[in-house]
Amino acid sequence: MATPDYDLIIIGGGPAGMAAAAEAGRQGLRCALLDEQEEAGGQIYRAIGRAPLTDERILGGDYYHGRNLLHDFEHAGTDYWPGTTVWGVEDDLSLDVSREGRSQRLRTRRLLVATGAQERPVPFPGWTLPGVMTGGAAQTLLKSSAMVPPGPIVLAGSGPLMLLIAAQLTRAGVTVEALLDTTPRGNWRRAARQLAGALRNPRLLVKGLGLLWEIRRGAIPHLTGVDSIEALSRDGERITHLRYRRAGRSQERECRTLLVHQGVVPNVQLTRALELAHDWDEAQQCWRPRLDAWGETSRPGVFVAGDSGGIAGAQAAEEAGRLAALAIAEQLDHIDASARDRLASPLRKRLAPQLAIRPFLDVLYQPARRFLVPEDDTVVCRCEEVTAGELRRIADAGCRGPNQAKAFCRAGMGPCQGRLCGLTVSQVIADQCGEPVDAVGYYHIRPPIKPLSLGELASLNEPDTPTRN
Amino acid sequence: MPNASAFERLPCRPQAKVTVFVEGDPVEMQAHDSAAAAVLAAGLLPSRTTPAGDSPRAPYCLMGACFECLVEIDGTPNQQGCMIAVRDGMRIRRQLGARDMHGEGPHGDA
Repeated sequence: MATPDYDLIIIGGGPAGMAAAAEAGRQGLRCALLDEQEEAGGQIYRAIGRAPLTDERILGGDYYHGRNLLHDFEHAGTDYWPGTTVWGVEDDLSLDVSREGRSQRLRTRRLLVATGAQERPVPFPGWTLPGVMTGGAAQTLLKSSAMVPPGPIVLAGSGPLMLLIAAQLTRAGVTVEALLDTTPRGNWRRAARQLAGALRNPRLLVKGLGLLWEIRRGAIPHLTGVDSIEALSRDGERITHLRYRRAGRSQERECRTLLVHQGVVPNVQLTRALELAHDWDEAQQCWRPRLDAWGETSRPGVFVAGDSGGIAGAQAAEEAGRLAALAIAEQLDHIDASARDRLASPLRKRLAPQLAIRPFLDVLYQPARRFLVPEDDTVVCRCEEVTAGELRRIADAGCRGPNQAKAFCRAGMGPCQGRLCGLTVSQVIADQCGEPVDAVGYYHIRPPIKPLSLGELASLNEPDTPTRN
Repeated sequence: MPNASAFERLPCRPQAKVTVFVEGDPVEMQAHDSAAAAVLAAGLLPSRTTPAGDSPRAPYCLMGACFECLVEIDGTPNQQGCMIAVRDGMRIRRQLGARDMHGEGPHGDA
């Protein structure tokens, strides 16, 4: 094998990736950070290097904390590759990457996947209509372009991020017509049993209560107990109104922008492509790669840190990134085990309260069944327009899992490669077959894990392709 | 077509200005905006129709996952609008149905 280009390649420039790179630099590792985005920060600290909004109160102090991470990352001596897509990984940890339309292969001794989370796909009738977007999408535009969507704006769904977005839009002077909260009422009772853990993170609890207070003060109608939503269009081109049901009553509302959110789930595209062991997380209703206490996966030398390893939030992601970097520094003999453990101790102390509040949040904001296992007429695979009913029909016809579903009905075969339907397809088939989701499994993700042009593919073998920038 | 349903800009720090053309109409954007942001600033909804069923779509996740923001940029189809920064003079067009990879779409200007 050729000499590795790097001791460590980190994929993803969010809190886990930036913090890991800074720690790797401190430990003297030769490290590169590859990021699909043009600017470091990940989704949570998106565009933090520019932060275009003049009024910093809109996004709030937690966002601007990202400046510290960015500062440390920029001074760590990391080779930074923005705008770089990883589309393949070989058995020897060689990465096939594409940047500015050209591909090349990079070799590394250790790999850290820090590809973060994506919003949970939330299938409901009409969710493909223009004007329906994720809450995170609205936040992305606010952070990176200081742009806000046209009204009337309605938010629908569940979870802390939805409350945050409602508050941020209100601070920006934008009217949120209504917050349709789909959190099942029974969740509150079950979450109360997890309150002891939550109390170990009073700061986050206070922040959550503050958001609820801010929404009330902003006079946003916060309608709890909404149990179905439907986006509707009079012109067939875009959302014009919506229908929702609450306390058994169906109501309609005019709406030009519907922002939907049902929590976030790990982005497993790369960890799946690496064929790492994954487990079904019943509390978070998603897959997560199996990790040890340092973030090492079932494949030695491959680590995962941050929300791509299980949802724990941005602060936990930082610490997980640093822990992984320390473990890698120890494996590569830059520090010994006792130094590693000593340096890890304060990180683990900061990580503990972030993890302690998760069981409370996971139970409280577990999505309603309707969004996990939608009704028959709801589109599940947006790319190929496959409905939940069709998935049930093929399950009845003998389809036993998502990979067979591709052949039966093309679910997961479109350009998003299952990112927006994978979870739902597994859950609908499992539900219909009466099997646990583990038994049904997930799509096999094969390279190229992002669509690329034949030109990009061909450029990999051009003799003048540099192996390093 | 650009219309009243456009996203609006809040007060922001000075950024370099660029002009892009969305379906031929000039739209003033800022240097780090994405092509998908330009589509939304122009109010171009839907910004594509699907190959599978011709159903109308527009940018949905803006983080590179959903591929709903596929548009034609400077004559090249299937460009992920949310992952591409605007450039001065960039021409962005709707992508209707299945587009072949040679860029010869219904607009005939590629």
